[in-house]
Amino acid sequence: MAFVTNPLDNHDHGHDHGPAKGWTRWIITTNHKDIGTLYLFFALAMLFVGGSFALTIRSELFQPGLQFVDPEFFNSMTTMHALIMVFGAVMPAFVGFANWMIPMMIGAPDMALPRMNNMSFWVLVFAGILLLSTLFMEGGAPAAGWTLYPPLSIQAAHNIPFVVFSVHLLGVSSIMGSINIIVTILNMRAPGMTLMKMPLFVWTWLITAFLLIFALPVFAAAVTMLLTDAHFGTSFFNAAGGGDPVLYQHLFWFFGHPEVYIIVLPAFGLVSTIVPTFSRKPLFGYTSMVYATGSIAFLSMIVWAHHQFTVGMPLIAELYFIYATCLIAVPTAVKIFNWIATMWQGSITLETPMLFSLGFIFAFTIGGFTGLMLAMAPADFQYHDSYFVVAHFHYTLVVGGTFPVFAAAYYWLPKWTGYMYDEKLAKMHFWLSFMGFNLTFMPQHFLGLAGMPRRIPDYAIQFADFNMMSSIGAFILGFSQLIFVYTIIKCIRGGEPASDEVWEGAQNMGLEWHLPSPPPYHTFETPPDPQLIDRVTTVEVTME
Amino acid sequence: MWSHDSYYVPSKAVWPVVVVAGTTSVLAGLANLINGLSDGKLMLYAGSVFIVVGLTAWFRDQSIESESGKYNKQVDISYRMGMAWFIFSEVMFFAAFFGALFYTRYLAVPWLAGEGGGPGLFTFDFLWDAVATAKDYTSSWPTNGPGQVGGHFEKMEALGLPLANTIILLTSGYTITMAHHALIDDRRKQLKLWMIATISLGILFLICQGYEYHHAYTEMGLTLGAGIYGSTFFMLTGFHGLHVTLGTFMLCMILLRIYRGHFSPDNHFAFEGVAWYWHFVDVVWLLLFVIVYWM
Repeated sequence: MAFVTNPLDNHDHGHDHGPAKGWTRWIITTNHKDIGTLYLFFALAMLFVGGSFALTIRSELFQPGLQFVDPEFFNSMTTMHALIMVFGAVMPAFVGFANWMIPMMIGAPDMALPRMNNMSFWVLVFAGILLLSTLFMEGGAPAAGWTLYPPLSIQAAHNIPFVVFSVHLLGVSSIMGSINIIVTILNMRAPGMTLMKMPLFVWTWLITAFLLIFALPVFAAAVTMLLTDAHFGTSFFNAAGGGDPVLYQHLFWFFGHPEVYIIVLPAFGLVSTIVPTFSRKPLFGYTSMVYATGSIAFLSMIVWAHHQFTVGMPLIAELYFIYATCLIAVPTAVKIFNWIATMWQGSITLETPMLFSLGFIFAFTIGGFTGLMLAMAPADFQYHDSYFVVAHFHYTLVVGGTFPVFAAAYYWLPKWTGYMYDEKLAKMHFWLSFMGFNLTFMPQHFLGLAGMPRRIPDYAIQFADFNMMSSIGAFILGFSQLIFVYTIIKCIRGGEPASDEVWEGAQNMGLEWHLPSPPPYHTFETPPDPQLIDRVTTVEVTME
Repeated sequence: MWSHDSYYVPSKAVWPVVVVAGTTSVLAGLANLINGLSDGKLMLYAGSVFIVVGLTAWFRDQSIESESGKYNKQVDISYRMGMAWFIFSEVMFFAAFFGALFYTRYLAVPWLAGEGGGPGLFTFDFLWDAVATAKDYTSSWPTNGPGQVGGHFEKMEALGLPLANTIILLTSGYTITMAHHALIDDRRKQLKLWMIATISLGILFLICQGYEYHHAYTEMGLTLGAGIYGSTFFMLTGFHGLHVTLGTFMLCMILLRIYRGHFSPDNHFAFEGVAWYWHFVDVVWLLLFVIVYWM
């Protein structure tokens, strides 16, 4: 660090430097680290709420017949599980990492719009309360699936206005968060941090944020139409009035398909950050990674109707959506091969962040292949609305949405807290999660291929064995997350002190590893040395 | 690239959470009212107070900071980018409603009338064979569907009031640009006059729109419930009208700040942000005029 001017010496600015005193600090904070922490804890809490819904589902499905819950409540559980996990757990977790890490990765003093940053977090909390409140209402929570297809969804008793307004607030939160992230990345980079030097996590978030602003307003409009159809007499989704229920599906998936990439692109970014560190090599094919991310995002906007192959579409539309969807396999494969090439001839060590990343690459590849199977309309006619689909999107979204989050949490926990986490416990968390995950969802492929429909509380007797395996796996997966919570708490409270670099060789991997562990409340109030930026962002590697 | 020395980061923000709490209360109140529970009213009113207080105080803080020179060039660019991306999100919101109009008018309605398979088409037979009025439903626009939802209605013609409204809004786009030039040249008196002209045109537009709605509801049978035509017509023009209302309100706030001596030729992001918004609302109206009223 000899030639590095320490960016932390300069503390003579006008405004105050420590956090506000007392608990109100967390409500009025504008600090990107505080807000990142809030997002991450909120996501963790919602992971358990959504997880308890999942375990309710798996308890009911442990054996054939109706054991524990009403079919109506069962349907509420599948619906709320998805909404809470997608909007409450996974997305906020990635926004939490964005808040914490993007300013530190690009050498910025904070997010570009700090007040709005505070607002986007608190909107999220209130939206979550509004959504969860429907559980206690007459008629119960929404039960038509997270896609809220009409006419079924608007036949609900009381929950529709609450669900719609909650979605509006969730949209507002995500759009404000995305605007903030885009502006931060485009306007706040330290001198010398050019676009093509940014860490891949920053790149993936830039593109994800664009997708969010592109897709979420359409979802907001679609649910607005649901509300007016249900309560104000419009006919958007009513064929008698000249509308079409399929219109809702188009609008929903115009949002919904980009949404799956909104979840998984930042995950790609995290894995692209972690794999090089533990392979002790720069990322292979940085430029192609950036272009692959852009291509995936572009393709994700024009493939939505592959979710609706069986609903009735002109043949030409089905053909188009098959071919366009299959194209996504190309840039995704570029990414997978780049990660493998990064590991090739590297000095690999298997700390927990690396384990979770490898688990992600393995399972996500399986999820990608089943996605290709589903992309073929003739085959999809067989798979549609079966447990095969459930298995497919859990292989992409559970490993895409949580494994990289766990990986990144372990990766940066020592940086954030100043203490190393308990590696033994963390490894146990990984192995139990990984085995639990595969035990839960691998059998669901076979259930689906054998014809078991999704979103149903009871099933034919021949599905019993695989369902029992799946439920056992789900409980292992669910309860092993308690180890995660314990490890985090233990790490916050103390442990072996972490060095600034934390991981061997990490100082070549990014600016954040040049800050103290834990970093001071405000970082990079003066931008870091451009030479340092050059050193930590040497991205191209020659294979010798 | 900029020096970060003076990027303004406020140390705390009380008002965002007040606005959020208010918004949630308003929405929960509305949801209760929609469900027919009258206790929603209290939540609605209380929430509104929170929103008004929170936003006023928040914007007041911002304008004081701006006028006291705390925002450097880089902060200014952040605000500009933020506003541009916000407008992009609005574009996508309207795009969804235009998309719904396109889909129903050019795909769903012809399919309902049996196109793409004729009377032999399974879904057509299945849905409509038994319905006497629907059997000889033909594809046309405007329509309230094979079920004739909402009963008889007339189409809103483009010539007349909508044309007048187009001229009004386009003129207001001109006047706000003139106001901007006056601001840049530091001609404060003209600035105020052009701003007042813009606001007046905005209000005039809203009055015409209100009259048009009244006419549609009372004399033309054209309501929100008049099938897909009424749905798309009122939702598109209604959301546009809401945006004009918000835009007019923001213009009033800007005028208030102008009277207080705010803004200088080289520091007036708030003015420009509102002007961009106003132009955006203009462009949406042009699309509405051509696609909804005219075509």
